[in-house]
Amino acid sequence: MTGSELSIGCKYLLPLAGLQALIEVLATRGYLVLGPALRDGAIIYDEITTLADLPAGWTDQQDAGRYQLARRDDNALFGYAVGPQSWKKFLLPPTETIFTAHRTADGFAIAERAPPPPKFAFLGVRACELAAIAIQDKVLLNGPYTDTSYQSRRSKNFLIAVNCGTAGGTCFCVSMQTGPAAQSGFDLALTELITPGAHEFLVTAGTREGAEILATLPTQPATPNHIAQADAIIAHTAANMGRTLDTTGLKDRLQANLTAPQWDDVAARCLSCGNCTMVCPTCFCTSVEDHSDLSGQTATRTRRWDSCFTLDFSYIHGGSVRAEPASRYRQWLTHKLANWWDQFGTSGCTGCGRCVTWCPVGIDITAEAAAIGSENGNT
Amino acid sequence: METLERIVMAHPFFAGLESELGPLIAGCAKNLRFTAGQYLFRSGEPANEFYLIREGTVALEIQPPGQPPVVYATETTGDIVGTSWLVPPYRWNFDARATTPVRAISLDATCLRNKCEADHHLGYEMLKRFLPEISQRLDDARLQMLDVYARPKR
Amino acid sequence: MSDPFLPTPYRVTSARQELSDVTTLELTPEHGAIPAFQPGQFNMLYAFGVGEAAISISGDPADPTRLIHTIRSVGAVSAALANTQPGTTLGLRGPYGTAWPCAASEGQDIIFIAGGLGLAPLRPAIRHTLANRARYGRVTLLYGARDPSGLLYRTELEHWRTLLDVDIHITVDHADPSWHGNVGVVPRLIPRLGLDPLNTTAMVCGPEIMMRYSATALHDSGLPLERIHVSLERNMKCAIGLCGHCQFGADFICKDGPVFRYDLVAPRLAIREL
Repeated sequence: MTGSELSIGCKYLLPLAGLQALIEVLATRGYLVLGPALRDGAIIYDEITTLADLPAGWTDQQDAGRYQLARRDDNALFGYAVGPQSWKKFLLPPTETIFTAHRTADGFAIAERAPPPPKFAFLGVRACELAAIAIQDKVLLNGPYTDTSYQSRRSKNFLIAVNCGTAGGTCFCVSMQTGPAAQSGFDLALTELITPGAHEFLVTAGTREGAEILATLPTQPATPNHIAQADAIIAHTAANMGRTLDTTGLKDRLQANLTAPQWDDVAARCLSCGNCTMVCPTCFCTSVEDHSDLSGQTATRTRRWDSCFTLDFSYIHGGSVRAEPASRYRQWLTHKLANWWDQFGTSGCTGCGRCVTWCPVGIDITAEAAAIGSENGNT
Repeated sequence: METLERIVMAHPFFAGLESELGPLIAGCAKNLRFTAGQYLFRSGEPANEFYLIREGTVALEIQPPGQPPVVYATETTGDIVGTSWLVPPYRWNFDARATTPVRAISLDATCLRNKCEADHHLGYEMLKRFLPEISQRLDDARLQMLDVYARPKR
Repeated sequence: MSDPFLPTPYRVTSARQELSDVTTLELTPEHGAIPAFQPGQFNMLYAFGVGEAAISISGDPADPTRLIHTIRSVGAVSAALANTQPGTTLGLRGPYGTAWPCAASEGQDIIFIAGGLGLAPLRPAIRHTLANRARYGRVTLLYGARDPSGLLYRTELEHWRTLLDVDIHITVDHADPSWHGNVGVVPRLIPRLGLDPLNTTAMVCGPEIMMRYSATALHDSGLPLERIHVSLERNMKCAIGLCGHCQFGADFICKDGPVFRYDLVAPRLAIREL
């Protein structure tokens, strides 16, 4: 059914070809469509122009410090959990020029920032990722000062959520109440339905623009059968989480145990490599660097991702406040799971499991959070 | 003597001391004046007395050879000068110099030590007052050692 | 919406060397007026091609025509700022941060406690208090430095000394005999004040250790911890709450501080490497 706007929240059925049509409609509306792609043995986010770009038939096997791809026995386009990249790669880019300044006769002049980035359409946003984007919106848009660069990227963002049909080995979105079903924050939400006879998507619109675009695609109202099928998939995912995190009293326990011996236990293993902060979809810390060309006439200031695991991060007056790995790990964990509540009213963690998967020594945030302040210190 | 006892008991250092002990202490006391620049005692001398400062300021200093003296503490009105008289070998480890005209009561060390030995109650009352002084000076010295105002090293 | 990461150009109109490594700059904007500031706030000063540093404003909040910053040369950026010649253009973002509780403490006795360069962020509060003297009770300044050559704003200290309704007590960690004042640590001066625990507010600024010991001494004299205010420092990058660097527990120094009520930060200050 096409024609005038379809209702927000109502469920429709979209055939596989409809997904291709969706990509094309977005492209003609000026969106740069980004989605999952297979690259270097991982599923990352890159430009998508056709369905053939998607990692059909691939899934990921994840555990603490382990990630590998494996073939599925079907051709699911979204049959994996999450890869090493998150959408912050596009919304809060790893490096960005803040300004360029040129010396003038009596001082210097600052040139405005680079022109605004293209409109991004994200295809394949997981529920945990929607939650992460909402969390970063709160940090970067709702404070006393607005990150105008992030704001311009987000204001033109089109999000197509895809509910997880497979739970990841390190996933715990159920514990963090962020998934596996996308509840809000999307323009469109899909659930991939694969049966011996059909490969289609249950789709619902979350916004007016989502409904407008959906109205241009070949949809039919979803039958109760399809809806039940989608619900079953989501229930199955929810029942197969790779990890759990008991959040009861977690904030208070972490904040009350800042000198617990267990911090030294994890510090003995932590390399302070910062992988966790790079793959984490909510970590927002950045640093600025000032450069000048050899002639000293032009200066630039760039902003880049930073990590609280670096020694420089807390440098003042001739030394780092957090010199020991233990205090740096403590900073990361207490910020993510405790202080974030005081600062922004939510947890900083969405249960995506990336930090567990991509830690070279397999440190598991769910295990460490449980250990701090516990009796025996082991889990 | 009676006036000296009143002066001694009125000094903040002896606040709360039972009046019966006043004559014992006053019996070791002398009223003194120093002019600005005058030394109360010098490093190496026997610690024969300690001083209740009634008015004025006293600088405690040490002079490293070949360098100007370093003043590391000052004591002023209401303070005391001298704790070495309590600890063998009863010798001053620094110089004490009046930086302003100073009026003080000096208390003879031998006299007081003997009386404290004979009357342990008096001895305990004295130590009860000296220990916080010594402890405070140790804390202060550590804080000075941290050199908190210095330029950062790196 | 204007980009809060972009500095505004300011010209240095004067540079005065205060101490061997400390300079006071006076700045004026290239366009427009100096934004109003509260005592205790800071600006991010940008040296072309070198970088930005957080520097407390140390001028008079009642004088909107002069912007004063006192800078200690401790690294590449502060050295570049401190060595700036009059006529040079710097970049500026701000003012940022929380303020000393000058308004909230009206009617009370005020004790200012400064250590070393800590007198610079306190000076706007001291000036405000003295300019509105009738609104406050006893006003006392305790100031400590390493040695007499480290005493900042000597001329102003001498002027404050002449005021009949202000008590100034200065001490240094050590001195040579030409110094006739106090020698000893700042906390040592506190028991002698005879402060009124029920009607006093203390504002303390200096090295963190000195602030902690001073706060303890104030507390030992009966002052409740919530009447003591300190100014904290951590690594500062964006100063606008977006980069995460300045976090101290759950607080961002740039927007929840730098001025904090001591009871709210004392437990965290006791934890190493927080």
